[in-house]
Amino acid sequence: MSTMTYLLSVAAAVIALFSVIELLRRRRLRERHAIWWILAATLALVAALFPASVAWLAAVVGVGLPSNLVFFVSIVLLFLVNLQHSAELTDLEDKTRTLAEESALQKVRLERLEERIDPKRDRPDAQP
Amino acid sequence: MPSTPLRPLIVLPAYNEEQALGPLLDEISEALPALDCLVVSDGSSDGTVAIARSRGVVVVDLPFNLGVGGAMRAGFRYALRNGYTAVVQVDADGQHDPRDVPRLVADLDRADIVIGARFAGAGEYSARGPRRWAMKVLASVIGRIARTKLTDATSGFKASGPKAVRLFAEMYPAEYLGDTVEALVIAARAGLRIRQSPVAMRDRQGGVPSHHPVRAAAYLARASMALIFAMTRSKVELTKAEVAQ
Repeated sequence: MSTMTYLLSVAAAVIALFSVIELLRRRRLRERHAIWWILAATLALVAALFPASVAWLAAVVGVGLPSNLVFFVSIVLLFLVNLQHSAELTDLEDKTRTLAEESALQKVRLERLEERIDPKRDRPDAQP
Repeated sequence: MPSTPLRPLIVLPAYNEEQALGPLLDEISEALPALDCLVVSDGSSDGTVAIARSRGVVVVDLPFNLGVGGAMRAGFRYALRNGYTAVVQVDADGQHDPRDVPRLVADLDRADIVIGARFAGAGEYSARGPRRWAMKVLASVIGRIARTKLTDATSGFKASGPKAVRLFAEMYPAEYLGDTVEALVIAARAGLRIRQSPVAMRDRQGGVPSHHPVRAAAYLARASMALIFAMTRSKVELTKAEVAQ
């Protein structure tokens, strides 16, 4: 491996890790969403700084080509992150649904109360 | 339960049903003047809400489309909070005959859920091909789970007694087929008694059928998946709701 490729991979890993930390710091990313990304960026940095560690691990688990091990780990991580996002999306949809139902039910109560206070009053949102 | 008379509420989940809803509401107020009605507009963008309001019917107007399951859970919650002890779901497209409602409610003294079933002797409604076949399989499997004889498990015409209203206000699935297949499985596993009562289906008075014939083949697969997942989930207990009563 040339010095150039070594520097390139280290720089990429550092940028990745820095991006995650910076987003966390600015509260643009919540900690529970960031765990996988921190793990991925840290692994990338270790692999970039010590390429021999990847080769050693590949030999230990019996993967012929070290780069294949990197791809494998990356895909597994991305899969898990995606799955987590789908689960959270479902969770959010459930909450949105409950809020929508509640807001519609509250609107009925509100209209009833307004009706009771002033039956002749025009309801502004009755006829759009 | 039979000691106190039920206070039923007719819930009509409606998504852009301005053509069929008006005549249906008139028919209901004529045939069943004593029963209260609730229209749940499922994010309708047409005149559905205005038509219901012009007839003095209470409207729960959902801000966006949630599907029949979402509309019905809102209906069950409304019923529970306003002192109704039974809910009869009637489709707003006019294919359910409101004159069947009192019979379904009367059957609630022997069951917690009464399904207004097609293919049970009354009426001419028929479905053919894979869709009919899928409905048959579903009905027999769910009938087995509920320990009752069912010919139609996917009918939207349903009456729910006090226990079912409390259960469904708490949780009513919003997914595709969740409002029929999964809801029945949840109810059966919570120990509710389900039975069916034959009803005749009418032609839709407007709107577009929600099930396109082309989708018939995918129907059984999705229904089976809904069923399998419903069976593998943990049971919903009624105890919490009953303590609150």
